[in-house]
Amino acid sequence: MKLFPLSLLSFSLLASSPAFAKNTGYLFVSSEDDHIVTVLDGKTFEKIKDIKTSKRPRHLQFNPDKTLLYAACGEGESIDIIDVAKLEVTDKIADIEDPEAFDISPDNKTLYISLEDDGALGIIDLTSKKMTKTVEVGEEPEGVLASPDGKTVYVTSEVANTVHVIDTASGEAKAAIVVGERPRRFALSPDGKELWVTSELDASASIIDVASNTVKDKLTFAPEGFRKEDITPVGISMTKDGKTAFVTIGRANRVAVVDVAARKVETYILVGERAWNATLNQDESLLFVANGLSDDVSIVKVDDRKVTKSVPVGRVPYMVVVDD
Amino acid sequence: MIKACLYGLLCWLACTSVWAEQTLTIGYAQQSDDPRYDDKHLTAQFLGQALGRPYAGAEVALKEVKFHGQNAGIQFALEPAEATTSADLIKQLEALQGEGVRFILTDLPATTLSEVATAFKGKDVVFFNVSAPEDSLRQAQCQANVFHTLPNHAMQADALVQYLVAHQWKEVLVLEGSNPADQLLTAAFERAAKRYGAKIVAKRPFVLGNDPRERDKNNIALLTGAADYDAVYIADSQGEFARNAAYQTLLPRPVIGSEGLNALAWNWAWQRHGAPQVEKRFEKIASRRMSDPDWAAWIAVKTIATAVQQTNGDDFNKLRAFLTANDTTLDGAKGSASSFRPWDHQLRQPLLLSTHNWVIERAPVTGFLHEKNNLDTLGFDEHDSTCKF
Repeated sequence: MKLFPLSLLSFSLLASSPAFAKNTGYLFVSSEDDHIVTVLDGKTFEKIKDIKTSKRPRHLQFNPDKTLLYAACGEGESIDIIDVAKLEVTDKIADIEDPEAFDISPDNKTLYISLEDDGALGIIDLTSKKMTKTVEVGEEPEGVLASPDGKTVYVTSEVANTVHVIDTASGEAKAAIVVGERPRRFALSPDGKELWVTSELDASASIIDVASNTVKDKLTFAPEGFRKEDITPVGISMTKDGKTAFVTIGRANRVAVVDVAARKVETYILVGERAWNATLNQDESLLFVANGLSDDVSIVKVDDRKVTKSVPVGRVPYMVVVDD
Repeated sequence: MIKACLYGLLCWLACTSVWAEQTLTIGYAQQSDDPRYDDKHLTAQFLGQALGRPYAGAEVALKEVKFHGQNAGIQFALEPAEATTSADLIKQLEALQGEGVRFILTDLPATTLSEVATAFKGKDVVFFNVSAPEDSLRQAQCQANVFHTLPNHAMQADALVQYLVAHQWKEVLVLEGSNPADQLLTAAFERAAKRYGAKIVAKRPFVLGNDPRERDKNNIALLTGAADYDAVYIADSQGEFARNAAYQTLLPRPVIGSEGLNALAWNWAWQRHGAPQVEKRFEKIASRRMSDPDWAAWIAVKTIATAVQQTNGDDFNKLRAFLTANDTTLDGAKGSASSFRPWDHQLRQPLLLSTHNWVIERAPVTGFLHEKNNLDTLGFDEHDSTCKF
């Protein structure tokens, strides 16, 4: 296990600071098999560019002012840094073994990343671009979420069926919460009281009470005509008012629209094959769904609960983010 | 000095076992000189055959389940046992049982497994069969204390025939070897053909050799002439004849079964459902690729650990009940959740229709549906079961 190489943890292709870019409206879609991030126009959804990245880009996330886009590249063993104004990879955090999902601390100083092959959470200092610490968690860690106060990081282990609760000050695990089989992704309610986590092999989302670190509720997805084994929840996005959650249910090729307070699915929206991650735009009028097995993105009009368009992108799209 | 040492030891114990107060030891039984792991056989890498002893699969799983027992204060360990004869093995396993071992993985040929399981009839011990694919162990010779994580011949044959039928390749020429184990493969294929509507146009015996007087039995072109068919199924438990068959048939038809395309429990090339991560972890420990019995050993250890996690303890009766509970779901990194069939204790699971370096399709093949669980379109369904515990 080579987690701390002594040299070359990072390098810089360009010394210049990122150029000014605001609200381009662009969509960025990572494609696992084509090693690109596809840039789409936010209105016409025409392709602007394919940005070449290191191998197997998956999770995407902006820095707070959206000048930089971080892309975890699993097989490239790198977190590529895309300059949003230039639409190019201009820097990278290198030598990270099999990075998958990550979150950035609210102060933009630290990046917490699941290291899929090492069964660990990596803590990366964004200033030095160095991994400063790893915390052992269950195998195949996936979803990562940093709490808004920066004190806690949550990480799922797909193999251990566990949400690990990690104290950022000590870098130590302070609780392990058993949830449904193969936990994947998180959404935190805007009041910070409820943490939702999807369970891919349990057709459910567990709802964790943040104060007590216990599961207080479980929502099961059961669209009509589907069996449990065909319902594989992965992606989750919650609206800013905390009233609605959108959960992709994978092989059932649908997005569940959830009434958060009532713990009820309002409806299921048909999207592409193996719906994976779902992202809302800023005004929450549109939801973008990456469909891993149909190589496209479904664009859902949130008011109508309907897909208005599906746009072909690279092979095995993983995630969509919007610069708006 | 002694006091200081003792103090140090106590501290070490306390510090290294923050939450793990007890150890649940899983036994692992294998037979010395098991011909299935003969070096020559292993290096030939016949399609679907073991690439090594499956103990490595159990070791990989043991690493993975480190957190499964955290809340219950339980950690897991493996304890191997090995002998040449069933009698010796039974003695060793009785000793393990005396030390509190309740779950034992068996990497044993069918006959040895049957003898071992019989010796523990009615006792609080559960065996997980990880390497014997014989249908008889799930049917007439089934035993209540044996759970099978390796898919059996009928499951594999059903998956293959589903694929043939879905492609309208319904007419099949069967070539069968003279080994009794070859006949088990043919029997399973015939059963599957009947179940899903494929037709066996002819069944011809083959022999491995070059004797010109037997060329109608050892020459593939002659064996595959004077008939029309969509595919050639080869029942060759040893694999040596089968590997010579592709590209030599008289008609240009695909070869399936013991070579070409077969339905396997695992394939290193499977890209989805977290499979590449399992494969990587396995290769790190075993320095080779993962094959079917390895997967079966891996999921067996994970099953025991999942039972501990879900029942939050190590009560034997609760753990055993978990194995056959209706809502039990086990993650085999092949997509659909696995569980044990209560009627014969076979682990229902998707199979991978594999070539040597790719998975062509995952079975159950789309369109093959079942009233309760589509995975039961593979192998013995409840109404086909002749197993009586």
